[in-house]
Amino acid sequence: MAEIKNYTMNFGPQHPSAHGVLRLVLELDGEVIERADPHIGLLHRATEKLAEHKTYLQSLPYMDRLDYVSMMCNEHAYVMAIEKLLALEVPLRAQYIRVMFDEITRVMNHLLWLGAHALDIGAMTVFLYAFREREDLMDVYEAVSGARLHAAYYRPGGVYRDLPDSMPLYQASKIHNAKAVKKMNENREGSLLDFMEDFTNRFPTCVDEYETLLTDNRIWKQRTVGIGVVTPERALALGFSGPMLRGSGIVWDLRKKQPYEVYNRIDFDIPVGVEGDCYDRYLVRVEEMRQSNRIIKQCISWLRQNPGPVIVNNFKVAPPKRESMKQNMEELIHHFKLFTEGMHVPPGEAYAAVEHPKGEFGIYVISDGANKPYRLKIRAPGFAHIAALDEMARGHMIADVVAIIGTQDIVFGEVDR
Amino acid sequence: MAANLNILTAKLNTIFANQIVSLENSLGELTLVVSASDMLAVLTRMRDDPDLRFEQMMDLCGVDYFTYGSEICEGGAYLKSDIALDAYTSRFAVVYHLLSVTHNTRLRVRVFATDDDLPMLSSVVNIWPCANWYEREAFDLYGIVFTDHPDLRRLLTDYGFVGNPFRKDFPLSGHVEMRYDPEQQRVIYQQVSIEPRELVPRIIREEHYGGLK
Repeated sequence: MAEIKNYTMNFGPQHPSAHGVLRLVLELDGEVIERADPHIGLLHRATEKLAEHKTYLQSLPYMDRLDYVSMMCNEHAYVMAIEKLLALEVPLRAQYIRVMFDEITRVMNHLLWLGAHALDIGAMTVFLYAFREREDLMDVYEAVSGARLHAAYYRPGGVYRDLPDSMPLYQASKIHNAKAVKKMNENREGSLLDFMEDFTNRFPTCVDEYETLLTDNRIWKQRTVGIGVVTPERALALGFSGPMLRGSGIVWDLRKKQPYEVYNRIDFDIPVGVEGDCYDRYLVRVEEMRQSNRIIKQCISWLRQNPGPVIVNNFKVAPPKRESMKQNMEELIHHFKLFTEGMHVPPGEAYAAVEHPKGEFGIYVISDGANKPYRLKIRAPGFAHIAALDEMARGHMIADVVAIIGTQDIVFGEVDR
Repeated sequence: MAANLNILTAKLNTIFANQIVSLENSLGELTLVVSASDMLAVLTRMRDDPDLRFEQMMDLCGVDYFTYGSEICEGGAYLKSDIALDAYTSRFAVVYHLLSVTHNTRLRVRVFATDDDLPMLSSVVNIWPCANWYEREAFDLYGIVFTDHPDLRRLLTDYGFVGNPFRKDFPLSGHVEMRYDPEQQRVIYQQVSIEPRELVPRIIREEHYGGLK
């Protein structure tokens, strides 16, 4: 019989389960991974360098394109860092809107993660189920910002505009006749908040559906239980955050431990895993979706009762109202200055972190008082996670690498920046 | 959090009495500056001391203070403002963001590399294993060399890339561009054809601009 030698295998960068442009160089002993060397940077766009050459407002849309499945959470960390340097007090209504959209984003992110992760491991149905609900949330994004993905909705000092009174409606077409469209539009007749309330009422049942498909599924458990186990000590040492840390049993959530915006007024729980394997991280994320649903509900009821401004009234930071801009010279000048020269941020440095769906997403800004950041550093949660891929994959089979990439919830927009 | 910070300041002052270059509390964040020769001892203590317990290093990034506090004039020359005068003596620094899960505190540690031409610092991989990739990134983008790093390779830039793209003297457009050459029938690199341009000039206004802060 022939002697089996170690060999090296290239995985990606064009592999469907590489979640983007990951290139892995795997050293194998038969089918067992001896060493995994991830090569990243194929999506490197030097966002941080670009930000040094743009005004603070111009860099904001770049944040959407970092982790392009949880857009608004990226923006949130960015605007929080600027607000910290400017010592801005954000209106309460804007804080509630931000919390609501952070949680909508979290659900969107986890839905994509769940669908893609299950698809990688071989369960097709979950993907279709998850995208059904994700579609509704993207409509909410569209209603509020005009864009389904890259919203650019948060602004330093608040949010771009108040929640709209109407939702985009389906139009009759070759595929859907007038009667079908009427039924599809049933829950879209009211305001955005009405639509979201309807969504939060039906969403727990949807999560139950995903769980029926996976949680007790024998194949799912065979592929995830005991795979990619990380001990709590290692999880801390490797710089894990978010569900990756909580899956290993460490109770750490910035929303609870270092609350920002109005999270300290909201009632929710933090799910924590026990074993630190892929299955526990799956359970943690599924429970997070249910908790996000709870948070969204509380935000909706608060937002219904409390109208008010959604952005600060300082024209050096936020633009004046459109109508007043067209009538007053002063406002016109402010508008012109803000969108050409941009805002000036006092010298200093600030690090603002949010509990992003993937972990701790932080923005570190060094300002020297100019209209552009001197240095912007993006602390992406996925970067620390993929760096630990080698340690997590060692001793597993090739097929488990796919499960581990999936459980890390890697998105290359933020890893490569 | 504010109370936490005061306790932490007091602890740091007692533990590292001789090693602190500066310790500043601004915007609710603590920034500690230590010298490159002390950094390993200080950072190891940061992780292990029961009063500090910074068991997580959340972020590590390089900073290039070359043009700090300067505006760019039309000719591309740098114009130093008042801020630049009291600024930084060394050009390169590495900033560590530490997090203590036990005590729920954050700390920023800045270490300046003494040599501007060949910035060199000790690696903290043995203290926090996650530093491995962060240091590779800082090496790649800023050319900061980390001694005793087990595997100091480029991370984000292309295979065979020349230069350190995040340095302030590296142009935004880069030095080379890539195109397909039909004559040689392969992809070639050539000098960039993009003219350097500044979309919005960099301007530093007076303090308390618009009544802010």
